[in-house]
Order: sequence, then C-alpha cells, then structure tokens
Amino acid sequence: MLSSPLPPSLGSTVDSSPFPRHPAWVRSSHWIITIAFFFLAFTGVVILMAHPRLYWGEVGNDLTPALLELPISRNYKHGGWEKSTAFFSSGKAPVSASRTYDIFNKNGWGRSLHFLSAWVLVISGFFYLIAGIFTGHFRKNVLPDSKEITPQNFWRDLGNHIRFQLPPATGGPPYGFLQKCTYSLVIFFLLPLIVLTGLTMSPAITAAYPFLLKIFFGLQSARTIHFFSSVALELFLVVHVIMVIRSGFKKQISAMTFGK
Amino acid sequence: MKKKHLITRRKAILTGITTLGGIMLTGCTKKLPPTYGNILRMGDAFTYEAQRTLLPEQSLVKEYRYSDISSFPAIGTTNPADASKPTFNESYRLFQKNDFRNWRLSVEGRVSRPASFSLDELQKLPARKQITRHTCEEGWTAIAEWTGVPLSLILQSTGILSTARFVNFYAFDGYMESIDLIDAFHPQTMIAYGMNGRQLPVQHGAPVRMRVEKQVGYKSVKYLQRIVVSDEFVDMGDSGWAWYVGI
Repeated sequence: MLSSPLPPSLGSTVDSSPFPRHPAWVRSSHWIITIAFFFLAFTGVVILMAHPRLYWGEVGNDLTPALLELPISRNYKHGGWEKSTAFFSSGKAPVSASRTYDIFNKNGWGRSLHFLSAWVLVISGFFYLIAGIFTGHFRKNVLPDSKEITPQNFWRDLGNHIRFQLPPATGGPPYGFLQKCTYSLVIFFLLPLIVLTGLTMSPAITAAYPFLLKIFFGLQSARTIHFFSSVALELFLVVHVIMVIRSGFKKQISAMTFGK
Repeated sequence: MKKKHLITRRKAILTGITTLGGIMLTGCTKKLPPTYGNILRMGDAFTYEAQRTLLPEQSLVKEYRYSDISSFPAIGTTNPADASKPTFNESYRLFQKNDFRNWRLSVEGRVSRPASFSLDELQKLPARKQITRHTCEEGWTAIAEWTGVPLSLILQSTGILSTARFVNFYAFDGYMESIDLIDAFHPQTMIAYGMNGRQLPVQHGAPVRMRVEKQVGYKSVKYLQRIVVSDEFVDMGDSGWAWYVGI
C-alpha cells in the first residue's frame, strides 16, 4: 500500500549505526592490497640486499659514488675489488674492475614474487580506483572537502592526534580531516608513484615509454624514489595500525573485515 | 561495378578473419618455459605474455651520449681462462692465448645454412654502434658504447627456418641463455666485439658477447661460443631465475 509507512523498527534492525559501513569492495580490496603490500615490502628488501646502494640519475654501481649506503647486507663491501683499469687514457676516465669476493645474490625468487604481488596490487588497485570514482566513495568519504581545508583545521586535528584525543571508532566513514588527507596522499600519490618508479626500472617498459626516465631523472633516481616511497608507505602503515588500536582495535578490524 | 566492390569487401573480411584465426592459432601453439606448477614461474609467464601483448615490440631503448659512458663493474665470470675457477675452459684458454685468431662462432640448429664466423669475418659485416645502459638484476647500472653485428643479420644470413621460435646462446664458461624471436630480431640486439671504442676486454666477455638491451643484464651472455636456433624452448630446469626479464 502506498500510504502505509514502513514500521519504525525495521530501519533500526537493518542498521543500528547512523554511519555508513565499509562496502564489500572496499573491504576486499583493502585486505588484498594489504597482503600484496606485505609481500612487496618483504621481497623489496630481499632485492635491495643484493645491492644496498642508492644513487641519483641513470647510472650507479660499485665503481661510482653512492647517494646512500644501507648496511643491510655484506654486498657493499669496499676494497673487495681488483685494481681497476681505465677505459680511456684521459685522467678521469671511467674504469672497469672485477669483484674479489662472492656476493649475497639469491634473489631470483624475490624478484619473481615481487612482480607477482605487484600484479595483484596493480589489478586490484585499478578496480578499487574505478569503483572509488563511480560509487562516489572518493568524493564523499576520502577527499577532504574544499571547506575543510584550512590551516586551523589542520593544526587542531594534528593537536588532537598528538594528545590521542580521538573520536570513538565508527567502523568506517566519516573520516577526520587529517585522516582524509593521509588516505588521499596514499591512494593518489604514494601508490601511483611507487608503481610508476617500479615500471621505470624495466628496460622493456622504458623502451616503449621513455618519458618515464625523463620524469624521474633516470633509472637510479627512480629506484631511489621507489625506495623512499616504500619507506613512506611503511610509516603510514605503522601510524595507521596505531590509530586502529587506539580507536578500538576489535571494532575497526571487524568493520573492515565483516562490514559491521 | 557495385557488385564487384561488395565481393572485394567480403573477400577482405574473410581474409581478415582467416588472418586473425592464424594469429590466434600461433598464439595457442606458442611454447613458454614450463612452470612446474611453481606459482612464481606462472607469474613470470604472465608478465611475459602481458608485455608481449601490451608493449610495442620494436621500440628502441634509450641511447646515450659519449660523455655519459660510465665505470662498469665486471661481474659473474670474468675470465674462463682462469684455471682456479670452476668456470675454467681449456679451449677458451688456448683461444685467448692466440688473441682469438682461430676462434669461431658457430651458428647452428634450425637454420638452412649453418655457419661459423671468425672474429675477422664478424668485424667485416655491417656494424652497429650503440651507447646503452646495462641494467643488472642486482640493482646497479652502467653505460657503455658497444660495437657489433645485429643478431638479425646473422639469423637472416644463415637462413632461419619458419618454424624457429627461440635463439639459444652457449658460452665458454658453461652459461646458457635463450630469447624469443621478438628480442632476437630487435634492432639493438647484437653480437658485440667492441666496447668503448676498443676490443671487448676479457673481463667483459671477449671475444664477443651478446647485447640484449630490452632485458636485464644476465641475458647479455659473455664469452659467446655457440648460437643455436630452436623450435622448442630449451629447458635448463628451474634455476630460480626468471627466463624473461624485460622486467
């Protein structure tokens, strides 16, 4: 009957919370991407251990100066090289030399697993972006409102976070101002950046798309940016987990897993 | 007049469908490295298929200026004439002693005119010079100028057969690698005998090495001894290293 209203009890049994829940596509992509990220971070370190030196530009190797050396394996050993021979007769000519020691280099599996996980991340990330745009999830929940973006809002929210004065968990949106900014940074900047710098390390891909080498200033700079993006994402993960624990671990995990 | 046009169009569509069928058929019969049920090898095969489907096949890698030439570590085998190493090869030692004057590169397998080339003969063939970046799987890079003969020239002059699918490289240090025909016929894939304007040094693979610029460094086999063209994928077992590393 058109005139009869719904019984008032029905609305509250369907959803007792006034807040929207995480839809199934958010929950599944959240966890798929989380698992892929763990594999990527772990195998990324394994790959880096074979050559734990970072450079800027196109070229970087044991015979050229490094921007940064990470003491995560024995492979950056200095003095483990034979006397070098110059390619040209001029004074500062580039040189060649051979190693005098065996390096740690059992990372073939690490690279294969890194790319397999990268496929999972890229494919599920692609569907997540499409769904996020077309359901309005990004516009409604993730991107900060233009009215929200004020310095006062930023400082107040930052202060609240530092003092751990957080609103109780709602198990989903609405998100706080800093929370929206951070999620936007991760979704629209850090993850695309880490994918693109990863692709820039591929000789076959940069042959087809040479602009990648231009925008990241060369393969080694892309590798360095790739590394620092992963550090930024790991820092995000740590803060994210701390916030989840502080705002109610059980409720938040249940909301992201079962949607309630 | 009009009728004639219609037939032509129908013919064109038919030809198109037949061609498409042909392409799909070759797609089905394309042989890939066996996966042994290993999920990592399945991932590698997926990457290979995805790159072959999505990327243009003949795009060139970036070439650099002469002033970009950099220092270049020599890794892996650095001299198969070194008797103290497991990669020692007696015949290589004798060739090296004689400055590779009686060394010959043999090209065999699925070619109609198997041949062998001396260093002198290779150097008389049309040459190519390129300053490219070597990308090592370890993570480092180096830029050098390479002089050599495009592999496509050797494959064509020896009459590669229509059933051929892979080109296999065998080296004096016992190393073996293979590439598909797309990379084998890539304009920058070559047999290099010169590095930075001089003869290829022993450390870097004398007398000749491969340059497979569209893949990671370990496909650019040093100390090249034999090139064998094959119809089938030559399986060296699961070494833990991916076969296709365009990455």
